[in-house]
Amino acid sequence: MKKIIKYSLLDILRNRIILAYTVLLALVAISLFMMEDNPAKAVMSLANICLLIIPLVSSIFCTIYLYNSAEFIELLVAQPIRRSRLLWGIYLGMVTALLIAVMLGIGLPVLILFPSVSGLCLVLTGAALSVVFASLATLSAVLTRDKAKGIGLTLLMWFYFTFIFDGLVLLILFQMADYPLDSAMIGMSMLNPIDMGRITMLLQLDISAMMGLTGALFQDFFGKGWGLFLTGFVMLIWMAAPILLAVNRFKRKDL
Amino acid sequence: MIIATNVLKKFGRLAALDGVSVSCNKGQTIALIGPNGSGKTTFIKCLLGMVIPDSGFITVNNENIRNNWNYRRHIGYMPQISRFPDNMTIEQVVDMVRDIRYEPRQIFDEELMEEFGLRQLYSKRMRTLSGGTRQKVSACLAFLFNPDILILDEPTAGLDPVASEILKNKILREKAKGKLILITSHVLSDLDDLVTEIIYLQDGKLGFHQSVPELQKKTGEAKLNKVMARIMLEKTASR
Repeated sequence: MKKIIKYSLLDILRNRIILAYTVLLALVAISLFMMEDNPAKAVMSLANICLLIIPLVSSIFCTIYLYNSAEFIELLVAQPIRRSRLLWGIYLGMVTALLIAVMLGIGLPVLILFPSVSGLCLVLTGAALSVVFASLATLSAVLTRDKAKGIGLTLLMWFYFTFIFDGLVLLILFQMADYPLDSAMIGMSMLNPIDMGRITMLLQLDISAMMGLTGALFQDFFGKGWGLFLTGFVMLIWMAAPILLAVNRFKRKDL
Repeated sequence: MIIATNVLKKFGRLAALDGVSVSCNKGQTIALIGPNGSGKTTFIKCLLGMVIPDSGFITVNNENIRNNWNYRRHIGYMPQISRFPDNMTIEQVVDMVRDIRYEPRQIFDEELMEEFGLRQLYSKRMRTLSGGTRQKVSACLAFLFNPDILILDEPTAGLDPVASEILKNKILREKAKGKLILITSHVLSDLDDLVTEIIYLQDGKLGFHQSVPELQKKTGEAKLNKVMARIMLEKTASR
């Protein structure tokens, strides 16, 4: 498997998309720190942009890369190598490349310009979301044979987690306004990795105070030790479940 | 060495392989023949584990191939259409496969590489290569690890007469070493001096599996394309 990681990582680093992505993240980060006087505010703006860009780029990049390595996969499945290792290798190669991009593009500017807990939290959230969306993209690329369909499915997933989900939550809130939904909200936010990232960021920056009762409840739940632990655990499930499912399907896929 | 029992594979409603049972032994050179869409490539892909049969089982060197991967170290495969990662050079592809298929004390068979003159093209990227050159790379990879079983899907398609002759001579040499060789081809005249047996597939079913001398005796023809023409005529006449 190490060899597969090596070859796919080399291949990814050779194409310039990941370099452009790193430069984009770095430009956004540096210019935000330059424009804002208050670095904490800059981190918040950066977080908002990251929550949008990182899932989008990670998922689209991984889907396209997987379809483009169809030849590579075809060449190697006829060789004495486990299929699960093949997919894991490519996946880990992609994840490593994305993590390098996040570390260099966001981690480095934050470390230099504003070394803080909230900065660290931002980098970790970005890294976690990269992994989650790489997993989801791998799943959709394994499930659909057609490239256009696979990319469409990935885009739909991103759209769902970024916009539609929030709309649905708002709808439920308005419909059930007479009932106490505060603890249900916590449960609902676990269904969306981007929301979890956002809440973690908000709590780090103490803006939750502006969100009223729900904010206080969130602070109470997510701010404490085991709430944080639970967030991490659910995030891990979001990373692992799609890729495990994808590997399982890939083992039985006709190529 | 290869025993397939009742292999069934359906793509949707179409049965690409419908209860195929064959056994192939060491030292045989077998031609897989059949009309387009008769399931030749599907059968080969089943042998390699690229397509997973719905039912039935296949053993290679007495190992059941279901959920197995290690048996593929005995096989060299040359696909019908060779596709390689576009951005890699020939050298990188060869080195990568060599690295992944690494076994201690492996003896590499680079005869074909020399004869095709691939070393002069080593630094060329895959996407710049012509279809024929890709076929050559693919053939070299199939023979490189000195496998006991060679599976060649339309090996001479797209090769020029010189290269095709080189490949045929190579196949003859490997045959003399007592390897099992499976070939599919539509150009029957290419197979004339190579094959010892014929497996005929039609609509996913096994038509027959007989040795070439037997077939020649039965039909009274010497050349393979005449033999097959006679048999196919008889089949359509008896319908």
